[in-house]
Formats: sequence, C-alpha cells, structure tokens
Amino acid sequence: MDWVVTVMLALGLVFFTGAAVGILRFPDFYSRLHPAGKMDTLGSFLMLAALALQELSHFTLDNVLVAVKIMLIVVFYFIASPTATHAIVDAGLRAGQGAWHKPPGERP
Amino acid sequence: MPQTQPPEDRYRAEADLVSGQVRPVKRIYSFLFVFPTMLALWVVLSGRFDAFHLTLGVISCALVAFFSGDLFFPRPPHPQQTFILWLRFPIYVPWLMYQIVLANLHLLYLTFHPRMPELIDPHVIHFRSSLKSELALLAFANSITLTPGTITVRCSPDGDFAVHAIDRASAQALPGEMERRVAHTFGED
Repeated sequence: MDWVVTVMLALGLVFFTGAAVGILRFPDFYSRLHPAGKMDTLGSFLMLAALALQELSHFTLDNVLVAVKIMLIVVFYFIASPTATHAIVDAGLRAGQGAWHKPPGERP
Repeated sequence: MPQTQPPEDRYRAEADLVSGQVRPVKRIYSFLFVFPTMLALWVVLSGRFDAFHLTLGVISCALVAFFSGDLFFPRPPHPQQTFILWLRFPIYVPWLMYQIVLANLHLLYLTFHPRMPELIDPHVIHFRSSLKSELALLAFANSITLTPGTITVRCSPDGDFAVHAIDRASAQALPGEMERRVAHTFGED
C-alpha cells in the first residue's frame, strides 16, 4: 500500500512539474492555459487519491470519513477547474488578447 | 470574437426563474432530489451521528431544499431521463478518466519536447453539436476542457461550439466519440 501511495504522489508531482514548465514554455496566453488548467487536474487527482488511500490503510470510521472528504475535493475540482479555464479563455477573447499562430511556412 | 447570440436565448433560463413558472410536481421532484444529496453531504462533512446533529442536518437541509430546490434545476429533467443518467454516468466517468490520462501524457510529451514550437499549432475549430439538454451540453463542454489539448471557448444553448486546440491531432477527435458517449449517457441517442 505504501508503495502505491508513493508512486501516485510521485506521478502527481511529475504532472505538476509538467504544468509549471508548460506555462513557461508555451508561446501565448491561450496555449499556456492548456497545461495550466488541466495537467493540474490529473496531478491533483493522483495526489489527493494517494492521500485518501493512505487514510484508508487504517480502516476506521473516522479515516473513511476523511477519505470521502478528500475525494469530494477531487469531485469539486473536476467541476470547477474546466469552468474556471473556460472563464479565463472567454475573458481573454473579450479583452481582445491576440493569439500566437504558426509561421505560414512551417505548416506540415 | 463578437458575441452574436440573441439575448432571449441566453436569458431564457433566468426568465423562467423570475416568472416562477415551475410546476408544483416538478418542485416536489427537485426537492426529492436535492434533499437527500444535501443530507448525504451534511453527514459526511459533519461526521457526527448522534441524534442532535442529525436532526439539525435534516431541518436545515429541508429548509434549504424547500426554498431553493428549484434554483438547482430551473427546468427539471424528465424523471426517466434522470434515471438513465444515474445508471450510465458511472460508465462514462472511467472512460473520461482514461481519455484524461492519455491526453495528459500527450501534453506532457509536448511540454518537454525540445522542438515544441514546431509541433504545436494552436487554432480554433467550430462545430455544431446535436446535444439538446443544457446539462448534456455542460457535461460535453466540461469534458472537452478536461481532456488536455482542447479548451471550450464558447458554447451556446443551441449547440454551437468553439474549441481551442493545441495541435491538429487533438482537434481531429472532436466532436466524434466523446459526443456520442455524452449523448448515450444522457439518453439522447
């Protein structure tokens, strides 16, 4: 059980690192939202699920309640995160934020 | 991009709310749905099972569900459709998780690729979805945003979608299988 928790925490860290690097590397506002808004989702799912599993390794009612609460965080995150991302994109479009396009010669 | 949506479309739901045109039967129905959900949430969040706390929970949940139950569903869905939804949603979620993992790995590969700017090609695609109910459109729009590589930019009640895609491969999958599965989940196929 400890191994599963450790591996899930490490994988979550990998996705969070990817998200942070992605925000720095992608060329414009809109494409930066892709790693920012969504790799976070899988990263936090992995880490929170790992914490819930860790709680469940001592199986008492209190621990089960804590695990259910942690999974509730995941559920709300999965609803709120895409909505927030959508709101940010919409705000960018309304404010007239320009988009990065591939130079014409480079299209495959 | 100008918002060319006719205002009556966008404010239809709010108008329903203001005029209070919710049939009593549907009120009871949405109360029967909202009350158990809130009570379950209360029990989990409080974590106390003695009579005092449970009674408090029942009273406050009943009050909130009675006064604002129809806020959650301005136009309550058909009972039969809701039953199908409860049955099929647990099948849809694992598939969505699988798609999220696949797409996340793709995005991770793009992020750490040394020649990333040559691989990506951000663009906006437009398509028209055949989904009808607002709940199905919401689930579809959020599913698109959750799977990395695509973000829903705009989604009208009529099913007009604008989606920002990070590269050509991410865009090709839309609307395709995901729309079919959402339609199946909400009993619209």
